[in-house]
Amino acid sequence: MSEWWTYRLDDFLLFSPRVYWRLFEAQNAALWPLHLATTLAGLVLVLVILRWPGRAMLWTGLLLGPVWALVGWSFLLQRYAGINWAVAYAAPAFFVQALLLLAAALVPGGPLMGRLDAIANTGLGLALAGLLLYPALPFVTGRPLAGAEMFGIAPDPTVLVTIGLLLMARGRWLAVLLPIPLLWCLFSGLTLLAMGEAQAWPMLATSMLAAVLGALRLRRRAP
Amino acid sequence: MTLTRRSLMATAALGTAMLALPAGRVFGKTAPLARPIPSSGEQIPSIGLGSWITFNVGDDTALQAECTAVMAAFFAGGGRMIDSSPMYGSSQAVIGRGLATLGRPDTLFSAEKVWTSSGTNGPAQIEQTRRLWGVERFDLLQVHNLAGWEAHLDTLFAMKAAGRLRYVGITTSEGRRHDLVEQIMQRHPLDFVQLSYNPVDRDAEQRLLPLAAERGIAVIVNRPFQQGALTRRLDGEPLPQWAAEVGATSWAQLILKFILAEPAVTVVIPATTRVDHVRENLAAAGGALPDRDLRGRIAAHIGAL
Ligand SMILES: NC(=O)c1ccc[n+]([C@@H]2O[C@H](COP(=O)([O-])OP(=O)(O)OC[C@H]3O[C@@H](n4cnc5c(N)ncnc54)[C@H](OP(=O)(O)O)[C@@H]3O)[C@@H](O)[C@H]2O)c1
Repeated sequence: MSEWWTYRLDDFLLFSPRVYWRLFEAQNAALWPLHLATTLAGLVLVLVILRWPGRAMLWTGLLLGPVWALVGWSFLLQRYAGINWAVAYAAPAFFVQALLLLAAALVPGGPLMGRLDAIANTGLGLALAGLLLYPALPFVTGRPLAGAEMFGIAPDPTVLVTIGLLLMARGRWLAVLLPIPLLWCLFSGLTLLAMGEAQAWPMLATSMLAAVLGALRLRRRAP
Repeated sequence: MTLTRRSLMATAALGTAMLALPAGRVFGKTAPLARPIPSSGEQIPSIGLGSWITFNVGDDTALQAECTAVMAAFFAGGGRMIDSSPMYGSSQAVIGRGLATLGRPDTLFSAEKVWTSSGTNGPAQIEQTRRLWGVERFDLLQVHNLAGWEAHLDTLFAMKAAGRLRYVGITTSEGRRHDLVEQIMQRHPLDFVQLSYNPVDRDAEQRLLPLAAERGIAVIVNRPFQQGALTRRLDGEPLPQWAAEVGATSWAQLILKFILAEPAVTVVIPATTRVDHVRENLAAAGGALPDRDLRGRIAAHIGAL
């Protein structure tokens, strides 16, 4: 792009906040009551990770893989790409992430869940926040509850929960499993920032957190 | 899909506007000021309709109905030029649906753009755009922000020569690349140039507006309200008494009258999601326009707020 330095972040915003937030109302109306199932499955998965960490990665991949594919198809491609052509290019990354999560769950030598150290505890907090706090944001923002963003239905909470759960795991696989969620946090955070929404900050902070904690986790990898 | 109060009102407005829309031409007492396109002498109403952001509503049927209502009010008020671009997300499809709903008003002046850095992709993109609008051919095609301009101008001039396009133009905004715009205006037989101009963004007065007048190139003004930043900033500020001298009843009208008083300007294309705003904007082209002295006062006053 020529003279790129003359552009501001909001010059790249193609749609109004009103249109964006209504996407979630439409998505929720179309998929209800799947929200209950995805949230419940997410909470049960957290329990499984805490109680039976040994085989937890299998269940993590088996839940998160399909959820990424569902969100990529039903939200990114079917709705969001309609108002933001850049998303049509981001959606395939959701399908790649779905495959990576399934692969990590199924192939031998995949990531392992284990002891709750500081990084894993942060991940646990992030996953619970994505599952329970993120959908409650309308109470703070004053937007309609019908547009609440929920795990497995909307991309942002799905990505936050994924990063949280991955930070509870260990192994080289994190190097391939974290980049796409991290990039989405950055992309979505910058979009929300351009829209002037304070909700940008949790997304941007999570991308930083994922980068730092992910790097620490990989460095401290068990021999 | 949830309905909004505004979308319900828009549907009602759409009904009334469609009733008010005669089958043929709609020019009458309400017709806004028209200006000639220098290269052909064709008269074109000087208030058009933009579609950046405002018409990018995707598959939201309630919001699509709002856009259609805006278009209906626009045509009913004598407006003709609608401007869009492949860059504007779903806006082109939303315009196409709106036109179909309104029975394809024959007064439409379709202004589109080609927006790809690759010259070879131009024709396919134009064809895709044409299908989205559902028109036989475009009145005007512009090279968006000069991307791949050399190859696209070849394509557009060839289309014009073959009778598949009526006018050729280029666009820029926010004062970008005026040097190159000037060179292209000097060297190529353009019909239109599109640029940003309003009481606080007046770079175009330096060279481009005089050059357009000299070369007989029609000027389309984009971002009259700085994408709404200007009207939002002025919202709540009292309108000066002297605005009444030119019959302006709002800041938006005063800004549009300031722009239209520049003789090189042919059409201004404010974008809006609101029926009342499209009517207010069209009305700005009726009645008196500010003289030199009043233009100076408008610019100084708005610049100081
Ligand atoms: N490089 C390019 O080719 C280029 C660049 C920029 C723009 N453009 C074209 O030019 C068009 C106009 O520019 P723009 O859309 O960026 O900005 P604009 O027309 O300056 O501003 C649009 C904003 O003004 C508000 N508005 C409209 N009428 C109003 C009124 N009477 N009172 C108060 N507010 C009013 C609208 O809000 P409401 O919805 O609330 O009315 C909308 O948010 C674009 O839509 C596009 O077609 C082309």
